Amino acid sequence: MKASRPARQLYVISSTESLSDRAIAETSKPIIELKGLRREFQVGDELVHALNGIDLQITAGEYVSIMGPSGSGKSTLLYILGLLDVPTAGGYRLAGVNTAQMNDDERASARQRDIGFIFQSFHLVPRMSAAENVELPMTLAGVAPDERRERVKQALEGVALADRAGHRPDQLSGGQRQRVAIARAIVTQPKVLLADEPTGNLDTASGDEVLHIMEALNQQGLTLIVVTHDPDVGERAGRHIGLHDGDVASDRVTGAGE
Amino acid sequence: MHEQTEGANHIRFESSAVGSMRFRDIVAFATGAAIAHRLRAGLTALGIGIGVAAVVLLTSIGEGLHQFVLTEFTQFGTNLIAVTPGKMETFGAPMGGAFGTVRPLSLDDAEALTRVSGVKATVPMVQGNAAVKGGGRQRRTSVYGVGSNFPDVFSFGVASGEFLPPDDPRTPRALAVLGRTLRDELFGLANPLGARIRIGGDRYRVIGIMESKGNMLGVDLDDAVYIPAARSLALFNRESLFEIDVLYDEAASVDEVKAGIHRLMMARHGGEDFTLTAQEQMLDVLGSILNVVTFAVGALGGISLLVGGVGIFTIMTIAVRERMSEIGLLGAVGAQRKQIQWLFLGESVVLAGLGGLLGLVIGGGGIELLGLLMPALPVTLSLQYVLFAEGIAILIGLVAGVLPAINAARLDPLEALRAE
Ligand SMILES: Nc1ncnc2c1ncn2[C@@H]1O[C@H](COP(=O)(O)OP(=O)(O)OP(=O)(O)O)[C@@H](O)[C@H]1O
Ligand SMILES: [Mg+2]
Repeated sequence: MKASRPARQLYVISSTESLSDRAIAETSKPIIELKGLRREFQVGDELVHALNGIDLQITAGEYVSIMGPSGSGKSTLLYILGLLDVPTAGGYRLAGVNTAQMNDDERASARQRDIGFIFQSFHLVPRMSAAENVELPMTLAGVAPDERRERVKQALEGVALADRAGHRPDQLSGGQRQRVAIARAIVTQPKVLLADEPTGNLDTASGDEVLHIMEALNQQGLTLIVVTHDPDVGERAGRHIGLHDGDVASDRVTGAGE
Repeated sequence: MHEQTEGANHIRFESSAVGSMRFRDIVAFATGAAIAHRLRAGLTALGIGIGVAAVVLLTSIGEGLHQFVLTEFTQFGTNLIAVTPGKMETFGAPMGGAFGTVRPLSLDDAEALTRVSGVKATVPMVQGNAAVKGGGRQRRTSVYGVGSNFPDVFSFGVASGEFLPPDDPRTPRALAVLGRTLRDELFGLANPLGARIRIGGDRYRVIGIMESKGNMLGVDLDDAVYIPAARSLALFNRESLFEIDVLYDEAASVDEVKAGIHRLMMARHGGEDFTLTAQEQMLDVLGSILNVVTFAVGALGGISLLVGGVGIFTIMTIAVRERMSEIGLLGAVGAQRKQIQWLFLGESVVLAGLGGLLGLVIGGGGIELLGLLMPALPVTLSLQYVLFAEGIAILIGLVAGVLPAINAARLDPLEALRAE
């Protein structure tokens, strides 16, 4: 493991540039509040209880890892947090806003404003260059082209890929692809970054780089929630939530990631 | 902008709404998707292109034919009414037999018709074929028995000499006027004015040469000789004129002139044993027939457009299936359903629009080629057709793309993300 690389400096986004003011101002307010959150799936005759009444509060700026055996509900929880899925019952407040009343469009606009997603399989659009992929959320939001260009440049610099802006995903390594995905996730300056197995498809070294970047963003105040199988990855967080059969089995703060 | 605006470098969203993607970005997205599948997009566009080319070409040819036929038929003037013997239903067979006898159409009728209000001149007409001898040669040609008003009524004058003089219609002198082709055939370069010719058994003196009219629908109008109607009746041993052509004042109404002619003829013949045909009304009928033809061939081309539309529908349906995870991602980064629908609709419109342009290039080339091959046919690519064809292509893109776009927008983003 080459964890001792001075990667951290490389990826630090200078604090005057983004997020921090807003995010720091909100620190210590709960950004995520869950109350009795349930999610059930009807599969044939059987009712699968993916989440069994979760109560949870996550404070703005926290670095949380979610671990647990396969099928314990980690991804389901993450997608509900990211407003891609809706709970069967229970309450979810995001940045103080009750999400229960939101319709499709309102959830879409909340995702656009407040949420950044990182997926195990990157989910870059194959025909678009790295820069175009990063630009996409802003293009959809109707951000002015000049501003888009500036933000894309900053975001790609932030993940040390400025020199790969014109490359398509198939011309990039796995680690580089995931860094493009990170740039895309943060370019709209969300409040929460959600990652589902972000290092699952990467070798240890590039996985490490990706984690460093996300941790640097967390240090600037971005709330970071990482779902993972890998104990080494999970241990890096400041708070460790263990899921088991849809219940919170453990919730442990080590403070290491502040 | 939303909430906290204090941060100077905080991102600026377009207004507060999310679904406000710029038009240019939609086009760029759609074009990018098409370029990513160049061959496929090209072939799909070609399908529309062939349809557009077919419509453009066929309607242009139809329109050209229309103009061509109308100019052919109007070259003798439009303020004409033909009186023919026998009662004819608008486009049916002559009746008459059942309703007593058909009285012949006579030279006196032709003279009497000049007194009808609005009528400027009348020409009796008897036509047949006969051998004409002259200048030491012989030729079978069309013989027109007409009156002295012929050049005025048909705006068809003499090139040299003069036309038949206004003799007493019943006892005209044996004078003849030659068509250009007949003149050339009989006399070559020699001057035929004053020469003697024989038509049937009778001798005539040539007093004029008609100006050339060329061909009309394959018939050489200059292969003819013009003699007085009374002599032509005798020559062909006929009692009745073929027709009487009436030239009326442009300012007069066709229907009133027709009514006047009708009254007079009824009085003279004691029954309706004649038919009146106004050139203007005939042209109207002809024009609407030709319009139907143009429309029909255009519709034929439309079928290939339809096939092109089916191609776009198919390709877009496949594209939605293939790009599930892209659709899921668009949702994850905040695209609303309506936006996803517009993006995919934009893509099919771009395909169809490209096809339309391709079709105009092919169609335009075809029209150029046709112009070279058939210079007589006035085929032109009018801007109107170009805009119409492009409009139709885009409309087809919209229609063909609606269902796939709706299907894309209906996908649940989370399920779409998982589909891989
Ligand atoms: N769309 C769905 N339809 C039916 N059942 C589902 C659906 N999504 C999740 N489940 C069920 O919910 C439970 C939790 O699934 P989830 O994907 O959240 O697990 P996970 O903890 O992410 O597992 P893994 O570590 O394998 O990714 C599982 O039993 C799964 O079968
Ligand atoms: Mg999972």
